[in-house]
Amino acid sequence: MLLDEKYDPDTGIRTQSMMLNMGPSHPAMHGVIRIILELDGETVVNSDVEIGYLHRAFEKEAETVRWNQVFPYTDRLNYVSPVINNVAYALAVEKLLGIDVPERAKYIRVIMSEISRIFDHLTCLGPMAMEMGAMTVFLYCMKAREWLQELIEDVTGARLTVSYLRVGGLKSDLPEGFEEKALDALRRAEEVIDEINRLLTRNRIFYDRTKHVGVISQEEAISYGFTGPLLRATGIEYDVRKAHPYLVYDRMEFEVPSGANGDTYDRWLVRIEEMRQSIRIIRQAIDQMPEGPTHIKDAPELVPGWLMVDKAKAGETEDVARLKVEADPTLDGSQKDFAPYIKADDRRVVLPPKEETYGNIEGLMNHFMLIMHGHGIRPPLGETYMAVESPNGELGFYIVSDGTDRAYRVRVRPPCFYLMQALPRLIQGHMVADVIPIFGSINMIAGEQDR
Amino acid sequence: MEASEHPAVPKLQQAFGDKILDVYTFRGDVVVVLDRSVNVEACQLLRDDPDLLFNFLMDLTAVDYLKFGREPRFEVVYNLYSLMKNLRLRLRVPVPEEDPVVRTVTHLWKAADWAEREVWDMFGIRFEGHPNLKRILLYEEFEGHPLRKDYPVNKRQPLIGPKN
Repeated sequence: MLLDEKYDPDTGIRTQSMMLNMGPSHPAMHGVIRIILELDGETVVNSDVEIGYLHRAFEKEAETVRWNQVFPYTDRLNYVSPVINNVAYALAVEKLLGIDVPERAKYIRVIMSEISRIFDHLTCLGPMAMEMGAMTVFLYCMKAREWLQELIEDVTGARLTVSYLRVGGLKSDLPEGFEEKALDALRRAEEVIDEINRLLTRNRIFYDRTKHVGVISQEEAISYGFTGPLLRATGIEYDVRKAHPYLVYDRMEFEVPSGANGDTYDRWLVRIEEMRQSIRIIRQAIDQMPEGPTHIKDAPELVPGWLMVDKAKAGETEDVARLKVEADPTLDGSQKDFAPYIKADDRRVVLPPKEETYGNIEGLMNHFMLIMHGHGIRPPLGETYMAVESPNGELGFYIVSDGTDRAYRVRVRPPCFYLMQALPRLIQGHMVADVIPIFGSINMIAGEQDR
Repeated sequence: MEASEHPAVPKLQQAFGDKILDVYTFRGDVVVVLDRSVNVEACQLLRDDPDLLFNFLMDLTAVDYLKFGREPRFEVVYNLYSLMKNLRLRLRVPVPEEDPVVRTVTHLWKAADWAEREVWDMFGIRFEGHPNLKRILLYEEFEGHPLRKDYPVNKRQPLIGPKN
C-alpha cells in the first residue's frame, strides 16, 4: 500500500500516514483475518482486508464424498451454529431430490435452528461487549450460552460438530424430557438477555462507542449484498424465514426486528430482539410439534426373540404384530419406532432401521443400495439454490448434481463473505478503537468465510 | 414458479432475442441461460427495470462442466434476488475454456468484487474490467485453479513444507 505524505506549511512538519497490521492473529480478531490499516494519527484513512487463512477447500472436498458425508464438513462452516448449516445443506439436497420430511422432523429442525441462532447471537454480542470493556456482559452471555449448549449436546450428542441432520431426516429424535429442559433453559436465557439489555443498551459509554459508528446506508448495504442483522439494522426487513418460508416458519408467529440508522448500535438492538423472537418461535414450535415416539403412550411389549419364534411356531400369531423384539442396542433396533417420525418415507434416501437390515431381505437390499460403493443417494441431473436464514444472513447452497452418488459441485453462499467485503467501507474515517466494535458487530466467522 | 410466469423472462427475451440460449424451471427455480456477450446488459436491465428491480446479487459463482463433456466448459452463475418483488432468478453464462473471460458486473453490484475474485482464484475465469482481480482465498504463488475438475484433489502445494 502506498502511504501518503503530507506537508503542513504552517508548522513546516512533514507527516506520513502509518501502516498497521491488525491480525492475522490478534486477540480481538474472531478468527484469523488480516486487516491492513492506513492510519493518519488515530484515524483510519484506508484499509484492506486479507482473508483465506482458514481455507480448507470445503467445496472441493464436498465433491469427493457422498451426499450424507458432506454433513460433517458443513458443521465446520459456521461453527457457532452448525445445525443451521446442516439444515441449509439438507434442504438443498432434498429440494434437488424433490422429497419432503415428516412434520416432526421439520419442527425439530426449526427448534434446533432457533436454539443455534440464540447461541450464535450470544457469541457475537458477548465478545463485542467484552472488547469494549464490558466483561460482565461477556460472562453473562457465556453463562446463557452454556445452557443452550447443553440442550444441543443432549439432542445431538456433540457440542460443536453436531452432524445432526441427514438427507431426508434427522440422526435421532429428541431425548426424553427435552421440552421441559428446553423451556426452562429458554426462560433463564431470556432473563439473561433482558439483563444484558439493561446493562448495556442505555449505558452511556456503550452508546457513545456504538451510536453512529460504522454506518451504512440502505442502498450501499444492498449493493454489497448484505443480509441478516446488518441489513435489517439499516431498516430493510428482509428475512429468508419470512420472504421464502421453509420448513414450518410460515406457521410461526414472529416479527422481523429492524433498525433505522444502520450503525453498530442498531445491529446490537436487532440481535437482542432477534433472540427474543427466536425464543418465541421455539415455544410455539414445541407447542405445535406433533407427538412422536418420545410421547408414545402404548409402548409395544418387548419380548426376547426366541419367545416370538416359539409363539409363531405354536401358531399363536394373533398378537405377534403387537410384540417387539428386544434387539441389541448396537443394532439400532430401538430406533425403529421413531424412524417414521423423523425420516422421510423414501427408500432412495433413508436408511432402513437396523432391525430390518439384519432381519429381512428387503431391508438388507435397501441398506446395500444406499451404502455400497457405486450406489447411494442419486439425485437427478440438475442444480438448485436453497437459502436459509442463518444468524449472519442468507446462507445459500447452490448444488449441481450429475446424477451420481456424489455432488458435482457444492457452492456455499457464506453471508459473512459479503459482509466482510464492506469492512474497509465501514471503518473508513473512524478511529482505530472503533474498528473493534464494528468488526465485532459484523460477527465474522472465518470457517464460513474462507470455507 | 413456471418460467413463463416469471416477469423477467419476456423482458429478457424481448431485449436480447437469440442471445437467450435457454429458459427453464427446475424445482421451482427459474433459470435463464445467456450468451456472455450480453451478461452485463442483462444484469443492468434486471437491476434497473422498474418492474423487476433485481437489486441483490445474492451470489456469483462458477461451475466446471469438464466431466459432462459439455462445450463450452465453464459456466458463470448469477443468483439474483429482487427485494421489492420477492423474486429470485438465476442466470447461467457459458464460458469457453480457450478464452475464459467474462465482463465484470462490479459497477452494478459491489458484492461482485470479492465474488469475482473468488471465481478467478478457484476457476481461472477472468473478469474483464474488474478493478482488483487477484487471488482472494489462496496465496499469490499458488499454481493452478483448484476447483477445476482437472485439478487433483490430493495435490499439495503449501508455501512451506512438502509439495508434490
